[in-house]
Amino acid sequence: MENIILSIRNVKVVFEDGFTALGGVSLDIGQNEFVTLLGPSGCGKTTLLRCIGGFEKPTSGEILYKGQDIIPLPPYKRNINTVFQRYALFPHLNVAQNVSFGPDLRHEDKKETAKRVGEMLELVGLKGFEKRRISSLSGGQQQRVAIARALINSPDLLLLDEPLGALDLKLRREMQLELKRIQRESGITFIFVTHDQEEALTMSDRVAVMRAGEILQLGTPVDIYNEPESAFVADFIGASNILPSTMVRDKLVHFLGVDFPCVDTGFGENAPVDVVLRPEDVKLKPENDPAEGVPFGTVESLLFKGVHYEMKVRSGNDVLLVHSTHARPVGARVKLTVAPEDIQVMRKSDFSPDVRARKGEGGVQ
Amino acid sequence: MKKLRKVYIGLIMAFLYAPIVLLILYSFNDSKSRANWGGFTLRWYKELFSDAQIISALGTTLSIGFLAAVISTILGTFGAIALYQMKRGPRQVMLSVVNLPMLNSEVVTGVSLMLLFAIAQIQMGYVTLLLAHISFCVPYVVLSVMPKLRQLEPNLAEAAQDLGATPRQGFFKVILPDIMPGVFSGFLMALTMSIDDFVVSFFTTGSGVSNLSITIYTMAKRGISPKINALSSLIFAAVFILLVGLNLRDLKKTGGSKNIEKVKIPY
Amino acid sequence: MKRKGLMVLPFALWAIIFILVPLGLIAWYGITVEEPVAYTEITLEDGTPAFRLEDGTVQTQEPWQKKAVISFQNFKRMVEPTYLRLLIRSLKIALLTTLICLILGYPVALILTGKDFKHPTLWLMLIILPMWMNFLLRTYSWMSILENSGILNSWITALRNAVPAIDQWFTARGVGNKIIFLYNENAVILGMVYNYLSFMIMPIYTVIEKIDKSLLEAAADLGASPSKSFIRVTLPYSLPGVLEGITMVFVPAVTTFVISQLMGGGKVPLIGDIIQNQFGKSSDWHFGSSLSLLVMVVVLAFMGGLQQIDKDEEPQKEVRIF
Repeated sequence: MENIILSIRNVKVVFEDGFTALGGVSLDIGQNEFVTLLGPSGCGKTTLLRCIGGFEKPTSGEILYKGQDIIPLPPYKRNINTVFQRYALFPHLNVAQNVSFGPDLRHEDKKETAKRVGEMLELVGLKGFEKRRISSLSGGQQQRVAIARALINSPDLLLLDEPLGALDLKLRREMQLELKRIQRESGITFIFVTHDQEEALTMSDRVAVMRAGEILQLGTPVDIYNEPESAFVADFIGASNILPSTMVRDKLVHFLGVDFPCVDTGFGENAPVDVVLRPEDVKLKPENDPAEGVPFGTVESLLFKGVHYEMKVRSGNDVLLVHSTHARPVGARVKLTVAPEDIQVMRKSDFSPDVRARKGEGGVQ
Repeated sequence: MKKLRKVYIGLIMAFLYAPIVLLILYSFNDSKSRANWGGFTLRWYKELFSDAQIISALGTTLSIGFLAAVISTILGTFGAIALYQMKRGPRQVMLSVVNLPMLNSEVVTGVSLMLLFAIAQIQMGYVTLLLAHISFCVPYVVLSVMPKLRQLEPNLAEAAQDLGATPRQGFFKVILPDIMPGVFSGFLMALTMSIDDFVVSFFTTGSGVSNLSITIYTMAKRGISPKINALSSLIFAAVFILLVGLNLRDLKKTGGSKNIEKVKIPY
Repeated sequence: MKRKGLMVLPFALWAIIFILVPLGLIAWYGITVEEPVAYTEITLEDGTPAFRLEDGTVQTQEPWQKKAVISFQNFKRMVEPTYLRLLIRSLKIALLTTLICLILGYPVALILTGKDFKHPTLWLMLIILPMWMNFLLRTYSWMSILENSGILNSWITALRNAVPAIDQWFTARGVGNKIIFLYNENAVILGMVYNYLSFMIMPIYTVIEKIDKSLLEAAADLGASPSKSFIRVTLPYSLPGVLEGITMVFVPAVTTFVISQLMGGGKVPLIGDIIQNQFGKSSDWHFGSSLSLLVMVVVLAFMGGLQQIDKDEEPQKEVRIF
């Protein structure tokens, strides 16, 4: 990658109580990139962000910002700004005073600052809100003020800690687009933390899926969505069919009691693996249809979802979720076909459904 | 029923205000005894203001009150912040220690401080009086600042540092302004407590230093004097104007209901 | 980390010097008494008589030194009839005061939270306004009314002079020229009730005001009469306020020495008076400290007991759901 602005190298954070929040994370972030740290709460994503912002000191490792290790620098000496989860706006100051907090600290020219405050508020869509009190703003508006307050300092890097968490769904969607636009227009690198996979996939150039203090997979949203490397990532990204399987040999995988041709190689012979099947990649046909297909089971439920139908097909203990524009009636016996390139084979991990079932954690929802 | 309830409140009000009203009335009575009404006069007020002892006691009360309030506000505010940042265990311990003087009766507080000054061989007087007042005011400041700290947005200090403020700048520009209402009400409480205090002052002063409470006590023990009537009237008038003014402003702001917590009583 | 230490240190130091050490001193003085040091009479080499003290020092003057010895003698002294009577009287007066304040104050809080008054806050403020005046002046105001040549007596005299029938009525009952109102237990109780009534009203008002009005409506909806919903809803929910009010009245009432001296004229001494005396005229700091310890224990036990009531009540509220 060219123009690496931030390089995180083997950063470890162990809290005073012995809890390992980050177990050696490495990540390179390029200029003008929109990188999202995605994971469930407690996965270490916020801790990583706080290390970059300077609010948490890593136990070991390096954080290189334009080649310089910034770990010894306090937050106020880093040209990095943060948008906090609950915005952390200063309640005793009005909108303009909040936005001009940074420039005023640096004793910048008042007139110039006032002009830039106006520009920033315009950028975030709050033109004319200068004199308003913080308490009189809605959640979404406070959110925008927090962004303007950070952006006015022209940081090279903006950290956003679940900034959309407190907003309702409609506003969230709006702000996702808005943030993406602001990032494009300002040309600033964004590091965005969220636990919402849809948000991560919509906005990011690259997504880092985290779990228990580790980055499990780093890639573009398309990569992550189409080729999850482990059951956890597949599950977190919203895959519905994760099936314990056996890799018979290269390009042949066995699940649901049948051998399927696939495109994956290099797992060895008769190796236990997991397979992800996207609901929309499974094609159903009536059992008596002369076309090719693996006889599978019975349609258990049928739901109309607008653009498609959602069906659950059962065979013994296996239940498969299928999305299709063609409805099959409940009770119908079906057979299914899956294209080899639509089968995503992943290494076994402790998050595999069968492993978790054995440990008594229950299956993947 | 409704009439009965109103009559009851009226009776209680009469019980509370009758002595004060009579006191004020008789402060204008041109006769040393209360046996008869000798006509209207301002004589007692004139005498009051020419009484060097009372004037100097007033000075002591005000200067001790102001100094004790300022110092205990600073100490209590920083103490509350320190407490707030402590871990749960030690914080609970510290909080119960700080709450001790409020659980204890004033007599015990007064006596214990007197013993302290005696053992430390500090000459009882203005300094001991001031130290004693600071020490019983601090818990009240801590008590009124703590809730404001708890309401504080958790990332506020970090946000300030993030925008380039040093920790010190962050404190003075962001944290302090935000907890200011608590600090201010702590200051007011300390001021009232100090001005109103008699018991602790009684045990911790000496060398002829005496505040208004002690002076009133000595005079009242000697017998009734119309001068005290005049003094009471003035104090009541001052308190009435101050409190009604303050609360009316509040009532207007909040539309009349609730805000009972803001109406404070000295205890 | 360093910063935190810098902030905690002065505060912790203050807490130790001005809270813990003074209380420690009371405890130490309370459990000790002063005894003359033991000595032996000796004769020095030049023949002058001298005294050798316990610690080995030798002096020619008759030993005057005293030393503190741990002893519970002072606690025994408390149960002597003279003091025991005072202690019991203090408790009795404080409890009576608390009870009267509760009986007078609870209805005030209840009425003010009702619908009779348009501006309940304003009325409440008027009720606590007198509290802002120095309590010595508040007490003093009653003295000036009740004393022998006070306002009340002068009015009665005037009335008797004006209306012979009233004068005869008084004379027939053997009432002299002046009626003595002050300098007895009743006067002390009156002074305390007057001073502490607001302390009872405030917390009860605050609690009742916070009771969810829909609870009362629900009770009425379920067919509870006003008196029943008062007993079932308002009363149990106002209990924490009542307990706080009781504490706020009882604690100062059991320890005051000012009201008893002004209204009681020294004829109704209470524990507070003895303590004050021990640190003043009698100057027996050890006995004074023992009494202070006793007061602390009484107050803490009282508050602990009240807290117990509150705790016991807590689960009941939840059981009531069914």
